Amino acid sequence: MNAARDIVLATRNLRMAFGGLAVFDNLNFELGRGERHAIIGPNGAGKTTFVSLVTGLLTPISGDVEFNGAAITRLSPQQRVKAGIARTFQINTLFRGLNPLESMVLALCERDGRSGQAVTSVSREKPQIDEALAMLERFGLQEGALTLTDMLPYGQQRLLEVALALALKPQVLLLDEPAAGLSTQQGHELFSQLVELTAGTTILFIEHDMNLVFRYAEKVSVLAAGSMVVQDTPDNVRNHPRVREVYLGV
Amino acid sequence: MTTLDTSAPATGKEAARAKFAGYFVGLSRWKIGEVLFWLALVGAYFVPDMNIILLGHILIWGLFAMSLDLLLGYRGIPSLGHAGFFGIGAYAAGFLGKYGWTEPISGLLFAMAIAGAVGLVTGRFVQRVHGVALLMVTLSLNLILYDAVHRATDVTGGDDGLQGIVIDPVLGLFRFDIFGKTAYWYALIVTFLLFLVARALVKSPFGLSLLGARENTRRMIMLGAPIERDVSFVFAISAALAGAAGALLTQTTQFVAPSALSFDRSADVLVILIIGGTARLYGAFIGAIIFLFMRDWLAALSPVYWYFWIGLLLVIVVSFFRRGVLPTLETLLQRLRAR
Repeated sequence: MNAARDIVLATRNLRMAFGGLAVFDNLNFELGRGERHAIIGPNGAGKTTFVSLVTGLLTPISGDVEFNGAAITRLSPQQRVKAGIARTFQINTLFRGLNPLESMVLALCERDGRSGQAVTSVSREKPQIDEALAMLERFGLQEGALTLTDMLPYGQQRLLEVALALALKPQVLLLDEPAAGLSTQQGHELFSQLVELTAGTTILFIEHDMNLVFRYAEKVSVLAAGSMVVQDTPDNVRNHPRVREVYLGV
Repeated sequence: MTTLDTSAPATGKEAARAKFAGYFVGLSRWKIGEVLFWLALVGAYFVPDMNIILLGHILIWGLFAMSLDLLLGYRGIPSLGHAGFFGIGAYAAGFLGKYGWTEPISGLLFAMAIAGAVGLVTGRFVQRVHGVALLMVTLSLNLILYDAVHRATDVTGGDDGLQGIVIDPVLGLFRFDIFGKTAYWYALIVTFLLFLVARALVKSPFGLSLLGARENTRRMIMLGAPIERDVSFVFAISAALAGAAGALLTQTTQFVAPSALSFDRSADVLVILIIGGTARLYGAFIGAIIFLFMRDWLAALSPVYWYFWIGLLLVIVVSFFRRGVLPTLETLLQRLRAR
């Protein structure tokens, strides 16, 4: 079954440490194209570190990150974005002093290589402005499109966080705890929206709320003690003895 | 007139779209206040008993502060050494005039190119430095440059300044006079043209990505933005504009001394920008008007203690008009209109 899986993103023998503290010893992971894949694990297991290694904000001590079969370990974060990997952050990483419309046009100009244009007004970037409006409408953010991002309700800021990453049309979208800071109900609302909005994009997400994970993920990987303990379907993961051991201590 | 009709969603949506699409057009459209501002600078020349020389200095300081605004206001990079670029432009124009290249416009462009090139290198050098370290690096570069100019008396004339600078009439027609009339028009036209360049830049997609990087560098990286290249570029532009201001000072006074690149000047330009307000270009000019008129007036009252009052003004501005005078005025105006 695995042979038929088209692997878009993988890590090979990834080793990472902060000073003397080893995070991963020998981390191997595979993400199939089109999957909605969750990474779970206890606090401090290195989930966010993993995302940062994949996106290039951190560099591993050894091992490789592969994207579409080629090693991207030495590429800069920007080169990885251009290659098709986008991410969101656990803590809102937005342009607080800009409004969603400006933020979205900015993202699209960066994507389309228009951001070096320093002579004519942004208003001339018609395709990007039109797409930005369509994108904000799709995410239900058009009401506050001209409101300072900082003034938007928190839930809308979480959506904008995803919208900006998705605007890049990535092959793989990494969502670092998209529902962080939301109530359980808001979390479910966000996830059901995300499933619809990100249809067709390969998603790798980190999430603490197990109800969300088992409801929305098609595949689950468990990160514990420096390695991927299990990678399987939600049902199999739920019943896996190692997972029960890691999570419940039984 | 298009009105937003909520009973017909399709039309409402289109109207909303039109409004949003027009947002950027509105941002780059010339406002009446802008037109009045430049007309006032033209008109000021004709006011009887106006101190034209002081007005010319205001333009030069305004241009200089505007160059810092690109860096600090729009990109969020603080510099304590911006006078370095001002001084490079001032000395470049001075050397040209002293050694035979006396045509002012090409001299100005040459000074801008030299300052811009140094800015480009500086930008590459400092792009990985942030916060306090960045302040220290820019300050140090300024001090090194100042000391070099100060000590190289054979070349620069040291404390006595660069003597014997000759500047031809502008376009071969308008000779620089002791009343500062030609100087004022020359400074006004050059400043206005360079303002147009800066204005186009900040309203462009590049300007938007500067703001983005100011707001959140990490997110910009995750949008794939070449933020290092952008820092070098904005440093170069900012330095070139500062160099133009320096060259204007040399050309209009036909003299340049090490004070052109002293730390005091770096501090003053920062004070001007903070007083006026950052990230709106005009804040630089409003700050220059307030600062230079106050300095002129206070120095007449007490030649020794005038900076005390400037310091007090800065404290008041920072305490009560956090974002500077111009943004506060804008907010007041908006509130009045909303009534």
